[in-house]
Amino acid sequence: MTTLLTKKRFLLVVGGYLLVSAGLLAIAPFFGSESIEPAKVLHGLFSPETIMDSEIFFFHRIPRVLLAFLVGGSLAVAGNALQVVLKNPLAEPFILGIAGGGALGAVVAISIPGLLIRIGPFSSLQVFSLLGCLLCVWAIYRFSSTRGEISMTTILLAGVTVNILCGATILLIRYLVSPHLLVAMDRWMMGGLDVVGYGELSTLLPLLLPGLFLIFIHGNSLNQLALGTEMALGHGVEVGAVHKQVLFGTGLASAAAVSLAGPIGFVGLIIPHMVRRLSGSDHRIVLPAAFCTGGAFLTLCDVAARTLVAPTEMPVGIITALVGGPVFLKILFKKERLT
Amino acid sequence: MAGDPLVLVKEVRYAYPSGWKLSDASFWVTPGSIVSIIGPNGSGKSTLLKLAAGIYRPVRGKVELLGRDITRMNRKEIARILGYLPQHTEGHSDYSVEEVVATGRFPHTSGVRFLNRQDFQIIRESLKKTQIEKLRYRRISSLSGGERQRVLLASVIAQDPKVLLLDEPTRGLDIHHQLRFFSVLSTLAAKGLAVVVVTHDLNLASLFSNWILLLTKGQIARQGSAEEILTQKTLEKTYGEGLEVRAHPVTGRPIILPSAMSPR
Repeated sequence: MTTLLTKKRFLLVVGGYLLVSAGLLAIAPFFGSESIEPAKVLHGLFSPETIMDSEIFFFHRIPRVLLAFLVGGSLAVAGNALQVVLKNPLAEPFILGIAGGGALGAVVAISIPGLLIRIGPFSSLQVFSLLGCLLCVWAIYRFSSTRGEISMTTILLAGVTVNILCGATILLIRYLVSPHLLVAMDRWMMGGLDVVGYGELSTLLPLLLPGLFLIFIHGNSLNQLALGTEMALGHGVEVGAVHKQVLFGTGLASAAAVSLAGPIGFVGLIIPHMVRRLSGSDHRIVLPAAFCTGGAFLTLCDVAARTLVAPTEMPVGIITALVGGPVFLKILFKKERLT
Repeated sequence: MAGDPLVLVKEVRYAYPSGWKLSDASFWVTPGSIVSIIGPNGSGKSTLLKLAAGIYRPVRGKVELLGRDITRMNRKEIARILGYLPQHTEGHSDYSVEEVVATGRFPHTSGVRFLNRQDFQIIRESLKKTQIEKLRYRRISSLSGGERQRVLLASVIAQDPKVLLLDEPTRGLDIHHQLRFFSVLSTLAAKGLAVVVVTHDLNLASLFSNWILLLTKGQIARQGSAEEILTQKTLEKTYGEGLEVRAHPVTGRPIILPSAMSPR
C-alpha cells in the first residue's frame, strides 16, 4: 500500500469531494427564511405561470448558493497557495492587502452617494472594491520585487502595512461622512452573499477563472516549494516564475471574491489546514479538495446565516468565524491524539 | 581525475551586495569521482556549490553541464543531470518519506502527470540505495536528523542525475550517521555517479574523496588529492595551529587530530 498519489487515488478522493459538494449544492437552495416545496419548484420549471417557490429557488437561492460555493472555494484555494508560497501557515488571501483594498474601495463608493450606480451586471460598489483590491496587490508586488525577484518576507510585511494604511483611511472616511452611511459600510465589511439572478454571479468569472487556473496548474510545483525554495530549484522548479504566477492568481481570485461578497474571513485560513489533515499534503489533491471544502463550508455557513434568525439574516462572516474556529480546533486535537 | 567533465566550472566570479566576492574559481567533476570542498567558515564553499548548481548566476566566467552553458538551460533540464541538496531545507508540509522521495521525479514529469511504473521503480531503488526502505511510510517529521538527511538524499537520487552536489549533508549528525551517509555516497560513486560535497569534516573528506578543493577568503587556495592538500603546512596556513596530520593506520590517507596544545 503506497502513500503516493496515483491516478486511481486522485479520482477516488477528488470524486468523493465533488460528490459531497454536488449533494450539498442540490440541497442547500431548499433552506432559507421562506420554506420551499420541491414539487412547486418542479412545477414552476415546466409551467408558463409564475410560481413563487420556483422563482425564489431559481433566481434567489441557486445564484446565492453558487456564489457562496465559488467564493468559499476560491478563498480556500488562494489561502492554501499563499501558505505554501509565503512559507507561513497563518497566511490567507487577505494578507496581500486585499481585505484592506477592497474595503477602502467599497467605503469610497458608499461615501459618495452619486457613485452608487449599476452598469449592466456590475455595481459601482463592486467595481470600486475590485479596483481597491487590485491596486493593493499591484502596490505590494512593486514594493516586494527587486530585479524581477519577489521577497516573501517583504510581501508579508508590505501586505500587513497596506492593510493598516487602508484601515486608517477607512477610519478617516468614516469620521468625515454622514452617520447614516456607516451602517452600509459596516454591513459590507461583515461580508454578505446577497445576489439576485445570475448577472452579478457572471461578473466573478473573468477574474476568478484565470486566477484559479494559474494556481491549479502549479499543484505539483507547490509540492516542491513545500520542501523549501532551494530544494525546489534543485528539483527543477522555475521558482521565480511559479511565485509570480501563483501570487498573481491568488490576487485575481481573491479580489474577484472580495469585490462581490466582502471580506469573508477564516475560510482561506482554516480550510487548507483542514484539508491537509484530512487528505494529505499533495497539492494536486489539496487544491481541488480545498475548493470543494471551502465552497461547501461557506455554503453551509450561508444556510445558517439565512435560517438561524429568519425572517432576517446574519452576515455570513460572523458564522464563518463562529463555526470555523471550533471545527478547526476539533480536527487539530483529534489529529494530535492520533499521532 | 579521468574522463570527460560532467560539470565544468570556469573562472567563475560572484559578488554579494555586501561586497564579499568569490573570485575566479575553476574545477571540474568526472563520472565516479567524489570531490570535497573544504575550508574555513565564510570561505565561499556554499557559494561555489550554488554557482555549480546554477542556483546563483556568476557575474563572470561560466558553468557547463555536459558541455552546455548552464545559464541557457531551464531548471528541469539542469535537474535531469544535476541533483542539488541544499544546506538548509524547510518543511511546511508533513509528507511521508516516499512522498518526499517522489518529489525527485519532478524533472521527469510534465504538468500534473501522475507517476508511472518506471517512476515507482526508481523511487523504490532510491529508497534502497539510501537504506531507508523501512521508513517509507513514516512521516518526515517523525525522523531523526540522520534519517531525514538520507530521505532528502534519496529524493535527489530519484532525479536520476549524473552528478550530486551536496551542501554539508552531514551537518549535525553523529559519527555513525556521518560514516553511513558517506558510505552511501561512496557506493553511488562506484556506480558512476559524480559527487561534489561541501564538508567541514576533514577526515571524511580525506577518507572518501578523490579530489579536494580548499577554499580560503573566496578563492580556491589549492586543489588536489587528499595527500596533496591535507598537509600540516597547508592546514596550519588555513586553519591556524592546533592540528596534527597523521596517516590512517589502514588506508594511509591523512587524518587530522587536534594537537595537545590549545589553538591560539
